[in-house]
Amino acid sequence: MRVLLIEDDQTVRNFVAKGLSEAGHLVEQAADGKQGFTLASQDKFDVIILDRMLPGGVEGLHLLETLRSEGNLTPVLLLSALADVDEKVAGLKAGGDDYVSKPFSFSELQARLEALVRRNRNEAQPLTKLSVGDLEIDLLSRSVRRGGQKIDLQPREFRLLEFLMRHTGQVVTRTMLLEGVWDYHFDPQTNVIDVHISRLRQKIDKPFDHALVHTIRNAGYMLQE
Amino acid sequence: MPTRLPGVRIQSVSLRFGIVYSVLFIISAILFLSFVWWGTIGLLDQRVRHSIAVDAHAMLTEWAHEGVPGLENLISNRLAQDIDDNAIYLLSAPDGRLLAGNLAHWPARVDHAMHWQTLPVLRDGQLNLAQTRVWMLDGNYRLLIGRDISARTQIQRMLTDAMLWTCLMVGLLAIGGGWVVRTLFRQIIHSINRTTLAITQGDMSRRIAVSGTGDELDDVALTINQMLDRISRLMDGVKQVSNSIAHDLRTPIARARAELEDASRHATSEQALRAAIDQAVVNLDNVTGICEALLRIAQIEAGTRRSAFATFDLASTLRDMAELYEAVAEEHELKLLTDLPEHLPFMGDQAMFQQALANILDNAIKFSPPHGSISLSAQKLPPAIPNDREWASTIRIKVIDCGIGMNSADLARASERFFRAERARNTPGSGLGLALVQAIVELHGGTLYLTHNTPGLVVTIDVPALHVLSDKT
Repeated sequence: MRVLLIEDDQTVRNFVAKGLSEAGHLVEQAADGKQGFTLASQDKFDVIILDRMLPGGVEGLHLLETLRSEGNLTPVLLLSALADVDEKVAGLKAGGDDYVSKPFSFSELQARLEALVRRNRNEAQPLTKLSVGDLEIDLLSRSVRRGGQKIDLQPREFRLLEFLMRHTGQVVTRTMLLEGVWDYHFDPQTNVIDVHISRLRQKIDKPFDHALVHTIRNAGYMLQE
Repeated sequence: MPTRLPGVRIQSVSLRFGIVYSVLFIISAILFLSFVWWGTIGLLDQRVRHSIAVDAHAMLTEWAHEGVPGLENLISNRLAQDIDDNAIYLLSAPDGRLLAGNLAHWPARVDHAMHWQTLPVLRDGQLNLAQTRVWMLDGNYRLLIGRDISARTQIQRMLTDAMLWTCLMVGLLAIGGGWVVRTLFRQIIHSINRTTLAITQGDMSRRIAVSGTGDELDDVALTINQMLDRISRLMDGVKQVSNSIAHDLRTPIARARAELEDASRHATSEQALRAAIDQAVVNLDNVTGICEALLRIAQIEAGTRRSAFATFDLASTLRDMAELYEAVAEEHELKLLTDLPEHLPFMGDQAMFQQALANILDNAIKFSPPHGSISLSAQKLPPAIPNDREWASTIRIKVIDCGIGMNSADLARASERFFRAERARNTPGSGLGLALVQAIVELHGGTLYLTHNTPGLVVTIDVPALHVLSDKT
């Protein structure tokens, strides 16, 4: 996908650009708000990574608001050292689609970027059934089957599986799961998510010959055939 | 801010006070004296004019009845009876001849219109001032009536002299009084100034002397002293926290540094190098976590997050948290028991309550040995005084574990930032968890209690159910 990266710190910019290029994405870079705005309004991108505090007179949120007021609906992921809840809320209010606070891990950023682009593509058609390999879930009757065999899940386990299936083939981080499944926005000290994933695995993977939920080291989890 | 030593300066407030006092004093003295001066002189003038007018009335009547001879007679009589020796009369004929009177000749600068005039007149070889007025009579006769006012001039001079002397005295008094006012003022200010100067230079133990009379100055001194007490308490807190920050951030930074340096020197394979770098990243993430927790505590303590307060069901929030942690507890071979009511409406910040509870449950699970149990309960306590709106009922949340617990000295300090009990040193953690809980509970107007549970720890949170926003910050 085509990514526009607007970030003034060269180290961070190179780090992100390199990582995304390695993952096979096309990255355009801008070091200040003006240049970033010009690129964003001239070209079409799949996603924009936008730093909030930018030199050159055009601040990140201002840039975002201007883009949105011009009808540009490219998904925007805000990247900022301003990590307060209030700052996040301000970022999302201005039209941002996701918010990652610095310092961040690359895998977190990448996972969120891909989720964002996917969400943007999928939004059009509402789904009633999801399937990965021989695993399929029905969103209306809230039932789960693997290889024709019915699996009983707790409501929360169902939502966890649904979230993973909606992000099939993508890395989802623990933070994304905590936010997306439980709607919690804090940082637990213990491995709460790992425990819930392991419970889910007990039910959907263990009785079968090959695993669908994979652990991605230093990043999170991925559901894949 | 530059510190200024006391001395005589133009900008000195005490000097200004003195000057203002002097100026006010002088102005009021001058006003008073002028009033006396004008009053006295005016009264004298008025008397002279009155007596001239009475004379004139008599003479004009005489003129009307008896003509020239009668008037000549009257003037002679009047002059003969003039005991004060200050009357002046002069009657002249149309051709300018002087018919009667006590002036040698008609005054040169006399005004023929009927105006009051002050003229110098020659009498007995002496040039004196006289108040005069001229009347034109029928047939071009002219009559001048006047009074020698040299006596009045003397009084006027005397008064003027007195006024000048008084002005001098008033001036001296004003300056002296101003000086006294300035000194008094300076004494008050300097007592405060000396103390604050000492404090500015770093001596936080100094306090302003209180005279004990309970006057306004004592009030000011007491207020300043209280302010100083609070500042020094806060400074101690900051000092302690910044020491701890420096120390507790050093540990993960030192680890990361050691790992990186060790890898740089000794790593033989790419794999070993990567492992070391990953470990260093984990340690740096720890540093970030500590910074974030500190910022959050500071933000909560500043009370700025009240804007996120809303009504929510505390019971279901707690149930959800219990569900999240129940799995973790099970993995540690612990049982998480809950005793929650159906509904528990509450006004507050839901995300913060989740955070607080997560911290407490994290701790409980971390410090409990296997096969134990942890209990989470919440209940609404009846108000202390029934049917009193002021005493809204209290919600009590309790988390009881049977872990390693804490000794009494540690219990008292457990919610301080960075405090870690001796026995907890070897477990992962930053020592900020309970400090954050404490800040969150206080923001909601509640209290956090830590008590023994032989063995284990009881964490109790009491928060007012119908949360009334207090003005306390």
